[in-house]
Amino acid sequence: MSDAVAGRSGALARIGASLIGLVFNLAERPMALAQRVLGAPRLPWVFLTPNLVVFGIFTFLPIAIDVYYSLTGGAQLLPADRPFVGAQNFRELFECESYLDPTSCKRDLFWFGIYNTAEFVVLQVGLMVVFSLITALVLNRKIIGRSFFRAVFFYPVLLSPVVVALIWKWILQRQGLLNAALDGAGLSTVNWLLDAHWAFGWTVFVSIWAHMGFYTLILLAGLQAIPRDVYEAAEMDSASPWRVFRRITLPLLAPNLAVVVVLALIRAVQIFDEVYVLTGGGPGSATTFMVQYVFQTAFSQQVRQYGLAAAASLLLASVLFGLTLLQLRSMRSKDR
Amino acid sequence: MKPGHGFRALLAGMALATLSAGANAATEIRVACYSDGNECEATQALLPKFEKDHPDIKVVIDKQAYKAILESLPVQLAAGQGPDIARTTDFGIISQYFLDLRPLLKDAAYWDANYGPTLDWLRADPSDKGIYGLPTQITVSAPFVNKTLFEQAKVEMPGPKASWEDWAKATRAVAKATNVPFAMAWDRSGHRFSGPAISAGAKYFAADGTPAVVDDAFKAMAKSFVGWNQDGTMPKEVWGGQGGGGYRDAFEEFANGQIVLYLSGSWNIARMEKQIGTAFDWVAVPNPCGPAACSGMPGGAEFVAFKTSKHPKEVAEFLDFMASEPIYAEWMATTSNIPANAALQKKGIQYKLSPAGTAAMNVFVQQGALLSPVAYRLQGYRYKQVIFNPIADRLGQAVAGQITVDQALDRISADVKDQLATVAKK
Repeated sequence: MSDAVAGRSGALARIGASLIGLVFNLAERPMALAQRVLGAPRLPWVFLTPNLVVFGIFTFLPIAIDVYYSLTGGAQLLPADRPFVGAQNFRELFECESYLDPTSCKRDLFWFGIYNTAEFVVLQVGLMVVFSLITALVLNRKIIGRSFFRAVFFYPVLLSPVVVALIWKWILQRQGLLNAALDGAGLSTVNWLLDAHWAFGWTVFVSIWAHMGFYTLILLAGLQAIPRDVYEAAEMDSASPWRVFRRITLPLLAPNLAVVVVLALIRAVQIFDEVYVLTGGGPGSATTFMVQYVFQTAFSQQVRQYGLAAAASLLLASVLFGLTLLQLRSMRSKDR
Repeated sequence: MKPGHGFRALLAGMALATLSAGANAATEIRVACYSDGNECEATQALLPKFEKDHPDIKVVIDKQAYKAILESLPVQLAAGQGPDIARTTDFGIISQYFLDLRPLLKDAAYWDANYGPTLDWLRADPSDKGIYGLPTQITVSAPFVNKTLFEQAKVEMPGPKASWEDWAKATRAVAKATNVPFAMAWDRSGHRFSGPAISAGAKYFAADGTPAVVDDAFKAMAKSFVGWNQDGTMPKEVWGGQGGGGYRDAFEEFANGQIVLYLSGSWNIARMEKQIGTAFDWVAVPNPCGPAACSGMPGGAEFVAFKTSKHPKEVAEFLDFMASEPIYAEWMATTSNIPANAALQKKGIQYKLSPAGTAAMNVFVQQGALLSPVAYRLQGYRYKQVIFNPIADRLGQAVAGQITVDQALDRISADVKDQLATVAKK
């Protein structure tokens, strides 16, 4: 019986091998032809072309269209119907009496968006890195329920940004959970999403809450990659915990920290979905960030100013491009 | 019979079935719809009647959020991916895609006679005689009042000629006496703000017909309005709680007894009935007066047809069905809306409303007759959202304390001018 099974398996394996051989044989002739025509050094392009075509259609073409739109005016959607205006959209975005006072700018909401985004990036990234590091350090210790807490901190990452925003809106609104708790405790309530400073602070907090788990995971992986014997040597030298952290943990974790900082920076500059649902950019435009400005200018007005939105999005893209280069450099230094 | 014959017969049968299924496949027309109350559901409920008489046409109602219709529809249409019909209130920017139904309708004269004035809202200019859609209702904005709170506070309700200041004073007294957080709320919408502004004397247009939104009367109403938000008469979160020109209503606050007076409109009657029920007594009251008028704003959504449709004949058949008098009457009765059909306006609609709903409907119908000509002109203006959006956006910023009222007014003028200049660029 087992001989019969083994025989059948062997036959199947032989058929499989012949099929694979057939495929390779079929591919051999065109490949040989390609090699003869293109030469061996150019042959990799044959394999890269399908990917490059997809990348070109879905990445480079939209960028090219965006550049074209940024140089055109009017409210028409189709490129052929849009008049060429040169750099007028960029000039309009930068038309200001004082760059320090957004209300003095022709496109005041663009500048509110820039200032809000800059403030958000500094606060959110700084706090995100600190909290992620502390959490990773704690979760790296042998504490009771370590796996449970790791799951707890990672869980918000799995939630959709809209769900995150709706949960927190429910907590923070005037008659929300937080005010109910404060009221129950006999404390005065606060209109969290109506005061510009509180609303901004909560957008930073909610964003950190939602994404911290991901960065904690990266740092945790870095911490676990640090060899134990380095710590044992420090222990034998009676080094204080602070000294161990400063002299061993931090330097050896630096490449991971660099990755976390750059990824968090890119994500913070792109902030939109959570905040749009949580505050709608309000109160006023206190939490209107760059991406929301682009969205509103292009899609929320009766007259859609696609050219202006494209110009603003290109400026945003140039910032993101710089940050991506930074990320690549930090990845290379990590590899080294 | 040879064994192969059965198989061949089966194949032939399958081919025949496929062919006949193809021949019988109904033409599908898609309707992008949003509901103020139950408009999409009421339309859906009428479909079996239509499809019984038109077995070759299948109508699919795609229910969407109002905001999604405003934001996505123009892009879909520009990309040639729009629905066959859409229910919308924003006609100007999509008017280039309208399908002229006149040559396709069974009896265009019936439409002219019964829907004439509202058909004009979709037309480019007085020389345009096209029929581009069917009005799904006529709306009038006016305030709803929580009558129970007035009774509990033992405060007398201001009379029909009372001003907005009189109402602010009375509702503040009621809110204070009944421990309700806010006296008044207006939907966050330039349309809603414009009723009181026009009553105060705002003209919105210069003598040459171009928009001139900010004048002394508009300024005065803007200052009163922002002031009411600053002094706690109104909840700041409605106008100041979000950015941009986006819409936000204050219905939930009113339904939860948090507000004494709520400026909204006739489209909310069905929702009032459904959500408030007998929780408290609510009434619609006449629009408060200003020096120029006692006006709200007219409005209305329309089912508009698009020339990108591959089935214009079927689209016209469906709209013909919806426009017919018995169907339209049933539709209005189910949705509790004011009909745009002239014959039905004369005959009246047998609404399925409670006494409170019927009384409110009567008030709104009466208010329709008192609307200022400026209000009609503004509503009929092709780029009215170019005016309405900056009002919500900039006054929202002023309410939030980010800019002053004067800065907001300057910005409203600049935004309107800027957007109209964008339209003018060809």
